[in-house]
Amino acid sequence: MEAEAAQFIGAGIACIGMGTAGVGLGHIFGNYLAGAIRNPAAADGQFGRLIFGFAVTEAMGIFSLLVALILLFG
Amino acid sequence: MATDPIHQFQIQKLIPIEIGGVDFSFTNSALFMSLTVAAASAFLILSSRGRGLVPTRWQSAAEMTYEFVAGTLRESAGSEGMRFFPFVFSLFMFVLVANLWGMFPYFFTVTSHIVVTAAMSMAVILTVIFYGLWRNKLHFFKLFVPSGVPAVLLPFIVVIEVLSFVSRPISLSIRLFANMLAGHITLKVFAGFVVALGSFGFVGVLGAILPLLAAVALTALEFLVAALQAYVFAILTSLYLNDALHPGH
Repeated sequence: MEAEAAQFIGAGIACIGMGTAGVGLGHIFGNYLAGAIRNPAAADGQFGRLIFGFAVTEAMGIFSLLVALILLFG
Repeated sequence: MATDPIHQFQIQKLIPIEIGGVDFSFTNSALFMSLTVAAASAFLILSSRGRGLVPTRWQSAAEMTYEFVAGTLRESAGSEGMRFFPFVFSLFMFVLVANLWGMFPYFFTVTSHIVVTAAMSMAVILTVIFYGLWRNKLHFFKLFVPSGVPAVLLPFIVVIEVLSFVSRPISLSIRLFANMLAGHITLKVFAGFVVALGSFGFVGVLGAILPLLAAVALTALEFLVAALQAYVFAILTSLYLNDALHPGH
């Protein structure tokens, strides 16, 4: 197989990582909403941690996108 | 007129300067870093010029920014951590303003280069290591030995904790770099779709509205990501500094 073809295939496989990052994000926000509906008064206090958890989980998805971009354009 | 999504990240020498065989050129990256510092300084200095007890709108905005970062640092690192406030606030303002400058069309995003984010991340980690060692001496290595671990598992846990510590500067720099890189590439790719569809005549132009709407939505998302990544960089820096101040879980 030529290197260029392998690059494209690898980039496609790397995108699976973004799907799993999406699952993780849905988990985080779903749990936050479930807790916020039970205890709305406590929800605002935890918003900062929600955003922090979102950012570090999103980072993993972005790392896999970075691998895909390096394969495509590197 | 570039039509590929990578051209926007190219470094261009605006003023070529060479001193003793070393390239000190003033590049587009240097220009936008200067603009970042100028904009952040102007916002803070000019807003606080009146020093009113009852703040004006601009002064209130500057005070809110200050209090936001101060609250984050105080919450993560305690009142002892406030000695690092100038460092963390500078990082936050630099990342935020640099990201926001990059949102304008044709402007260069400083933080979309790994060398810039890696430099900031190395500054953070070296501060953590050297301040932690200076202040706690060898007690700093308690960081890698969590309390309440059975002695059998201890070697493995220590190795994993050391690896986790080493991965901090890597993840800190790559998180910011990859977010900015991916965001801007996606924007340019959708912009390319608009142009490509628009070349198909009248029906193509109608169809080109869809990627245009997507580009608008993505721009809004990119503004959110710009601010969010600055906040995440600041809060992670605060957490790592907390580890330097109070090692051991």
